[in-house]
Amino acid sequence: MQTGKQECTQKITLNNHVKKIFITHHQIISPLGFDSASNFEKLKLKKTGLKELKRRNGNVYVGAKVDDDELDTAFSKIGIIDNFTKLEKMMLLTIQNLLDDSNFKITPNTGLIISTTKGNVDCLDPSSPFYKDEKRAYLPTLGKVIQNFFNFKDEAVVLSNACVSGVLAISVASRFIRQEAYQDVIVVSGDLVSEFILSGFTSFQAISSQLCKPYSKNRTGINIGEVAAGIIVTGDVAKLNENSIEITGSASCNDANHISGPSRTGEGLVLSIKSAVKEANIDLKEIDYISAHGTATAFNDEMESIAMGRLGLTNVPLNSLKGYYGHTLGSSGLVESIIGIESLNQNTLIASLGYDENGVTNELNIIKETEEKPLNTFLKTASGFGGCNTAVIFKKATTNG
Amino acid sequence: MDKQVYISKYCHITNNQVFINGELVFENTQTDTTKNYLKSIYKSLDIKYPKFFKMDNFSKIAFLGAEFLLKEEDNKNIAIVFSNNASSLDTDRKHQDSINDLDNYFPSPSIFVYTLPNIGIGEISIRHQLRSENAFFVSEQFNTTQHNTYETSLLTEEKTEQVLGGWVNIDNDEIDVFMYLIGKKGIEKYTKENIQNLYNK
Amino acid sequence: MEKLKAELKERIIENLNLEDIEVSDINDNDPLFGEGLGLDSIDALELIVMLDKDYGIKIADPKEGKAIFESINTMATYISENKPA
Repeated sequence: MQTGKQECTQKITLNNHVKKIFITHHQIISPLGFDSASNFEKLKLKKTGLKELKRRNGNVYVGAKVDDDELDTAFSKIGIIDNFTKLEKMMLLTIQNLLDDSNFKITPNTGLIISTTKGNVDCLDPSSPFYKDEKRAYLPTLGKVIQNFFNFKDEAVVLSNACVSGVLAISVASRFIRQEAYQDVIVVSGDLVSEFILSGFTSFQAISSQLCKPYSKNRTGINIGEVAAGIIVTGDVAKLNENSIEITGSASCNDANHISGPSRTGEGLVLSIKSAVKEANIDLKEIDYISAHGTATAFNDEMESIAMGRLGLTNVPLNSLKGYYGHTLGSSGLVESIIGIESLNQNTLIASLGYDENGVTNELNIIKETEEKPLNTFLKTASGFGGCNTAVIFKKATTNG
Repeated sequence: MDKQVYISKYCHITNNQVFINGELVFENTQTDTTKNYLKSIYKSLDIKYPKFFKMDNFSKIAFLGAEFLLKEEDNKNIAIVFSNNASSLDTDRKHQDSINDLDNYFPSPSIFVYTLPNIGIGEISIRHQLRSENAFFVSEQFNTTQHNTYETSLLTEEKTEQVLGGWVNIDNDEIDVFMYLIGKKGIEKYTKENIQNLYNK
Repeated sequence: MEKLKAELKERIIENLNLEDIEVSDINDNDPLFGEGLGLDSIDALELIVMLDKDYGIKIADPKEGKAIFESINTMATYISENKPA
C-alpha cells in the first residue's frame, strides 16, 4: 500500500480509506475554449459562453454551444470528422488533450468512466446524419466508440445519473481505484444542447429567455449549455505533480421526496455533505469554498440555501458556474469540479456570474467579484431529477505545512 | 476488514413471468400491452400506490422488482445500484415522437421527466423512503464485474448496509429484470460468478 | 358547460393516468391539487400542455395555473372565456 505524507495517514480513522485518490490532470472543451487553462482565464475575466441562439421553431433562447467548425478543425487532427457524432468528437478530443498534456499512457490497468445524461440522444432526431444507425443513440455504443478509439482494455463504465453524473463519476472513479479494479481511471463527461433537451425543459417551464441568475431574487430559470470535460484519477502517488488534488470524501444521498422537485428541506443534500465530510475526516469549518449547483430555478436554489443553512455553511464563499457555461447536464459536475481545482491551484475565487440581489431564504456568501484568496479545501455539490444529490470534497495534495 | 457479503433475495421479471429466488410467483400470458401486463403484476401485489400508474414502463418494472424484494425490509440503509443496456430509450423515443412535427408539437413534461434512467431509482427511494447512495450504469450486457466492484466499495466503505442491485432493462417492450438484495445475511455468497449464474437462471 | 366539465374530467383522468378514479368520483368544486385529487407539480405542467393541445389556449405565466386549475369549475370557466373563436 502506497501512502503519501506520514502525517496524513494518522488522520485517517476509517479502516478502508488508507488508499488516497488524486486528480492529476484535467481538460475542458467548451464554448469558452478547448483546454482547462483558457477556460479558467475566461472565467477570471467574467466571460460567459452563453448567448442568444435560435431553436428549430425560430424561438430565441439563451444557451452555450461548442462551435461545430472549430470542433471539426481541432478533431480532424486525430480522426475523421464524418465518422463521429459531435458528442463523440468532443469526448475523444478531451481525452486526447488529456493524454498529450500529461504524457499518460493508457494500460490494461486504466479504467474508462463516461458520464452523460443523454449521450447521443440527438441521433433519434430524423434530421441527424446518424439517424439510420439505430444503435448510435444507445449509451453502450458511445462507450464502445471511446473505448476502441483509445484501446482501453475493458468496457467503459457508463454512468447516467441525471445532473449529478459528473460529480458522481469522480466518486465512482475513486471507488473503482480503491477496490483495485484499476490503478488509474480516465473520466470523461459530455452532453449536448439538443432539441430533445430544450423541448423537455421548456415543457417544464424551466428555461430562461435571459442569462441565468443563480440565487438571485429575479432568477428566471436555466440556460442549457454543452461541455466535455475529462480528468485523470490515480491512486499512484508516484504520478502526482504540484497541481494534483486529493479527493478526500464523497457521497450521494437521495431525497426520497419527489422525482422532479427538489426536497423542500434539502435533506438529501444535507446527508450527502455530512457523509462526504465524515469520510474526508474534516470539520465543516475547514471548507474554504463551495462550488454549488445553482441552476437558477426557483426551487433548486432555494433548496440549496436551506441545506447550507442547516449545515451552517452560509458564510463560506460559494458560487454557481451556470452563468458561464449554462447547465451542462451530465458534464456540469465535472467541469465545475475542474474549475474548483483550478481555483485551489491558483488560490482564486471565481465570481458567481449573474448574481445581483439575494433571492433565497438563507442568504449565501455568494462570490461577487473574482478575488485571490488562500484556498486548501473545497466542496462540490450537485442535485438532480430523481431526487439525487452528490457531494465531493477536494483538497490540495501538497499541503505538507 | 474482510466481511463476507450474502445475497438475501433475488427476483426475475420477464415478459410474462415473475420469479422470486428462482420460483415462479406470477404468470400472465394473456395481456395485450406491456402497460396492462405491468398493471396485472401490480394488482397481484395487493398494494395501493396510485403513483404507479403515472410512471413510465421502465420505472414500473424497477418499482415492481423492488416491491418484491423490499416489502418485508425494515432497514432503510439500502443503496440502489442498477444498470441496463437501453438507458431510458424506451421513453426517449416517445418524447422524440412528440417533437418531430412542428405542427403537432406537444412535448409532455410527464414523459420528459422519465427520460433519465435514474428516475426509477428515485421512484423506489420515495416508495421505500431510502435516502441512500444510488447510481445508474449502462453497459452492453449485465456487467457483473462493474456491479461487484461498485457494490463492494459501498459496503466496505460503510456507505450502506445493504445494496439493491440489478439489471433493469426495457427496450421496444422487451422486459429483462434481474434484481437482488445483498448484505450481511443471506442464502448464498455474493460473488460475481454467483450473481451471473442467478441472472442466467 | 356541463358537457365541457364532463369532457375535462375524462381528459384529466386519461392524461394524468388517474387509474383508480372514475368521472363520477370528481365533483365540480373539488380541489384538484392537495387533498383533492392529489395532483402534483408535474400534473400542473401537464394540464398546461392539455389546455394548449386540446383547447388551443396558451398560458404564458405558469403561475396563473394555480387559480385556473383549482377545480373543474374554474377550469371550465377559464376555457369557455378564453377559447379561440
